Amino acid sequence: MAWLTPDENTALYLSLTVAARSVLLNLPFAILIAWVLTRGRFVGRTVLDAIVHLPMVLPPVVVGFVLLLIFGTRGVVGAWLDRVLDVHLVFTRNGAALATAVMSFPLMVRTIRISLENVDRGLEEAARTLGAGPLDRFATITMPLILPGILAGAVTAFSAGLGEFGAVITFVSNIPGETRTLPLALYTALQSPDGNAEAIRLACLSFGLGLTGLLISEWLARRLRKRFGR
Amino acid sequence: MLAVRLKKQRANFALDAEFAMPTPGVVALFGRSGCGKSTLVNIIAGLLSADQGRIELDDRVLLDTSAGVDVAPEKRRIGYVFQDARLFPHLSVDANLRYAQRRAQPPIYVRFDEVADLLDLAPLLGRRTHQLSGGERQRVAIGRALLSQPHLLLLDEPLASLDAARRDEVLPYLETLRDQLAIPMVYVSHQFDEVLRLATHLVIMERGATIAHGEIGEMSLQAPLRAIIGPDAIGAVLDAEVLGIDAISGLQRVRVGSGELSVLAPDAQTGATMRVQILARDVIIATEEPHGLSVRNRLRGIVTVIQRDDAQADQISIDVGGATILARITDAATRELELRPGMPAWALVKSVSLRGRSIRRAAPI
Repeated sequence: MAWLTPDENTALYLSLTVAARSVLLNLPFAILIAWVLTRGRFVGRTVLDAIVHLPMVLPPVVVGFVLLLIFGTRGVVGAWLDRVLDVHLVFTRNGAALATAVMSFPLMVRTIRISLENVDRGLEEAARTLGAGPLDRFATITMPLILPGILAGAVTAFSAGLGEFGAVITFVSNIPGETRTLPLALYTALQSPDGNAEAIRLACLSFGLGLTGLLISEWLARRLRKRFGR
Repeated sequence: MLAVRLKKQRANFALDAEFAMPTPGVVALFGRSGCGKSTLVNIIAGLLSADQGRIELDDRVLLDTSAGVDVAPEKRRIGYVFQDARLFPHLSVDANLRYAQRRAQPPIYVRFDEVADLLDLAPLLGRRTHQLSGGERQRVAIGRALLSQPHLLLLDEPLASLDAARRDEVLPYLETLRDQLAIPMVYVSHQFDEVLRLATHLVIMERGATIAHGEIGEMSLQAPLRAIIGPDAIGAVLDAEVLGIDAISGLQRVRVGSGELSVLAPDAQTGATMRVQILARDVIIATEEPHGLSVRNRLRGIVTVIQRDDAQADQISIDVGGATILARITDAATRELELRPGMPAWALVKSVSLRGRSIRRAAPI
């Protein structure tokens, strides 16, 4: 964007791609976990529910730190990724996407779960009597019915992901052009004596992006509700 | 043949069901609300489990708990029309119908066009489901169930959520299904007039148990039905042959046992079967042939059973050459006429009080 400096443009671009990737990474797991939490009847469901929601109540720094412990170069998973797949997460935008994904995971699970709980099980039964097996029913009945929830959840998570700060800076640090997303750039600007103007620009940008995201999410939900005649 | 024997025990409810009916046919599960009709139908569909029992449909065993057989609902080939239609809200009417069609297993016995034609669905195809009226929704639901090419159709009070006008709009379609497609149906209802129009067999349920079952004519004479619909609604149900219109009176003549009745039903075809209900309270009994009365229908028969109905009324069964007619008269009248089994009697019925509107074509089976 013309009114931003090249560095700020990079930060914006990084934020957008990191948030987008975190959403894509989350989607399949979020749907699966939401399904298990809604439909599953097993011991430990409450515990799983609590674990899923942990990032909402933990300080983001703690989440970043735990990620470092697990995915750091000496962490259990991190070392393996490094050795076997030559994938590095610490100090990279992939790592930023992972940290963002973990933070916004509960948000997505919650929205998808609410729409799953609202699905009329009777419709799935009806599909069943018409000869639809379990996968068929999920793909043709359940999925389309929870699609508004999935989309709304994805847009909300995306918007929230644009501004993830604590977990990102702890896990992947603040490297210009690699992990310095919008909030990190804003934080950096605040640290320098003449960064006020830049901080204000970035704040306005974050504000605009967040508002747009929420509006789109609401509009999507409304449109789809209308489509289903509810 | 549909043969069902099921038991299910829950904390505050027990189901104990057993009935059988020849196929094709329409068996009505009849009973007060909450007597377990829907539970029974859901077990037949496979949507609910039974503790023990067996379901057999035309040589296919769908459930046999002792042999460990339990065919999944999606493989049972049983169509289900729910009380609330359950159309898929994210699909158009057309797509709802195609959903069933695509998943149907051969043999295909009814095509899309036929179903659309039979149920007048063509004008609705492009609509979304929330743009349909209650009656239209049920018609689409019936069409969708049919397109899955079911071997049995379950209808769980499909008209219960509709007002009287909408019910009358949908009922003829159900009659058409019965007469033209000859598909076996299990029809759940607590409205006896619906049962009367549609059913060939009747299963009466009370508090989770099937307490009586049989052909509707035979069941219409029995006590369990009277206990539910009350003595005022009870009456013999006869499937009578249409003999043709009487040239002088303009009334339709139908054969009942060894006698004949005149009925107001101008559009019935000669040779067809007409279902007539003769309400017991509309029947007058005479011990000798009456003269000078306006009553058109006089059936000569023999008193077979005299049953105390309630405090002051008796139910008299009269055999008219193989057909049984019920009459409800006061206890005083029974005594005055000195009625007793084996005695000849005349049953008199006014033509206008006959319910002969339900007409079945000769079965095309």
